[in-house]
Amino acid sequence: MTTLDRVRGYRPRQRHLPILATMALLIGAYIFGAASYDAFGSGQVILDLFINNAFLLVVAVGMTFVILTGGIDLSVGSVVALSTVISGDLMQKHGWSAYAAIAVVLVVGALLGAGMGALIHFFEIQPFIATLIGMFFARGLCYTISTEAYSIDNATIATLAQTQIPLGGELHISISVVAALVVVAIAVYVLAFTRFGRTVYSIGGNAQSAMLMGLKTGRTKIAVYTISGFCSALGGLLLVLYKSSGDPLNGVGLELTAIAAVVIGGTILTGGSGYVLGTVLGIMVLGIIQTLITFDGTLNSWWTSIITGALLFVFIVLQRLVTRGSGR
Amino acid sequence: MTKHRLFWPVVALLALLVGDLIASPAFFKIELRDGHLYGNLVDILKNGAPLILIAIGMTLVIATRGIDLSVGAVVAISGSLACLWIADHPDGVGATLVAVGLALGLSLVLGVWNGWLVAALGIQPIIATLILMVAGRGIAQLISGGQIITINSAPYEWIGSGFVFTLPSAILIALAVFVLASLLVRRSALGLLVEAVGGNPEASRLAGLRSARLTWLVYVFCALCAGIAGLMISANVHSADANHAGLFIELDAILAVVVGGTQLTGGRFSIGGAVIGALLIQTLTTTVYALGIPPEAIMLFKAVVVLAVCLLQSPAFRRKLRRRRTPAAGQPAPTSAPEKVEVTA
Repeated sequence: MTTLDRVRGYRPRQRHLPILATMALLIGAYIFGAASYDAFGSGQVILDLFINNAFLLVVAVGMTFVILTGGIDLSVGSVVALSTVISGDLMQKHGWSAYAAIAVVLVVGALLGAGMGALIHFFEIQPFIATLIGMFFARGLCYTISTEAYSIDNATIATLAQTQIPLGGELHISISVVAALVVVAIAVYVLAFTRFGRTVYSIGGNAQSAMLMGLKTGRTKIAVYTISGFCSALGGLLLVLYKSSGDPLNGVGLELTAIAAVVIGGTILTGGSGYVLGTVLGIMVLGIIQTLITFDGTLNSWWTSIITGALLFVFIVLQRLVTRGSGR
Repeated sequence: MTKHRLFWPVVALLALLVGDLIASPAFFKIELRDGHLYGNLVDILKNGAPLILIAIGMTLVIATRGIDLSVGAVVAISGSLACLWIADHPDGVGATLVAVGLALGLSLVLGVWNGWLVAALGIQPIIATLILMVAGRGIAQLISGGQIITINSAPYEWIGSGFVFTLPSAILIALAVFVLASLLVRRSALGLLVEAVGGNPEASRLAGLRSARLTWLVYVFCALCAGIAGLMISANVHSADANHAGLFIELDAILAVVVGGTQLTGGRFSIGGAVIGALLIQTLTTTVYALGIPPEAIMLFKAVVVLAVCLLQSPAFRRKLRRRRTPAAGQPAPTSAPEKVEVTA
């Protein structure tokens, strides 16, 4: 019956509704900000959203892959912290070159992700528990490597961090933004135009049917957790660029922000439906709320979490209304 | 016997305790000081009491196929509200009673909110409770004005660090909740109904169960348990910290429930198992401190032990283990035979 509905061309537009709502919210928040505060109207505020949230964006893209398969990755915050600690340790304490450290960090992140994926696939441990174990494992590794924060004064890192790419006028972006946008572009391409991407969606739709159809569900499942681990490691490196330090306390609660961004971006937590671009919008919405609260100056930071919670509520109810009756 | 649900968790707990005994014979020493019991074992029970409470509530939620991520936030909110009241109305048993009543009342409301999202709106439990988890710490900070409220009230602090008949009161409170919950689910039909809802919510609704109401009930009960735990935690440290009270306790509680043999897919549950799981996690922490292992290693330790217990309980893992041991036995391949996987790093 649902297929019939789809053929009639009714569902797809409804499926886009959460994303359209997120976009409307983003535009509304921007217009509100621009009308209330003079400095808000300059385009740099929007670019700063990208600059400040580049690392989060990369992490959330990885999370989108996992959630599209109907899984969840609770380890991302800890893996981000682990990346900053490993790069700090290798560069500051052992004098490694920045590129060697970056390579090690990316490999460690991907391996951790692959390990969790293997637990989920081979031993049928639920994603929630497997990545929870991964979360404790990565955070524990952080603390065993160092309980103190590293201040990173590597020349390469400093150059990468300070390079500004001018966009004409007064506007500029950082290298991190370029990296994040490249990740987004690759993710969009992979999910929309490759066999792997279609397998990701079909696992989220119905893992059993996907397997019976002969899709390589096991391999794909392990791959999405590997991607998420890799993205978290890359996110950690971008955080190193942003803060010029490595800290075992980084990224506490980051997994929730990432999940919230994915949900606000219209991806359904049971999997099978959603877009990477929605996740980008989700990150932007969370970022613009933070910016508005900072500009206002009278509101305390705790309002960020309350407003984020309220937004989550609105979007979840919206999704619920949209998907009601479509069997999800 | 290895088939019993509680076998591996109990074995893990005993192994850990035996390890402690070998590493440090003084671990088991319990002494009577000023008419109060002291010692590592008492510490495990006393410090583990909040986790035990939350794990009991979480077990029932998980039994209905749900999950409650908001318990940590409820801990922070309940502690903040109680401490706020006590800071304004110092001393006296009356103020403590009002504070406890207010905090538990608010916890009930939060439970009703979670239950409403899950049972009435039909939102997936993990996202429904994510809302309160994200917003809850903000609410707790709103209550406490962003400050850590320190208090000084003997009756209130009794909840966390008092003694009754030489036993810490926290243990007795947890024990009371455990006994009450066990009686409710095992001596009445409630447990069976909860299992039915978890097994198949739609079928049990068609069979005439008020599954929505039951679902609602377990979230309220879970929030109430978290509220009591919040009182206990804040009373124990004589202050309420909206940011850090009960941080990650939801994850510890879920681990405790899973280690205790309850599957996240719902349907069957074991409150006793959850208590054993909570004790295992608390024993790990106490062991790390008692043996002088750097506390940084606690999380690593936890990850390894929990992974081991989860693997031992995983049917897929046992199947693979058995196949490896008896390669010639020619066992039929499991239906979900995994294809060859290339791990691309």
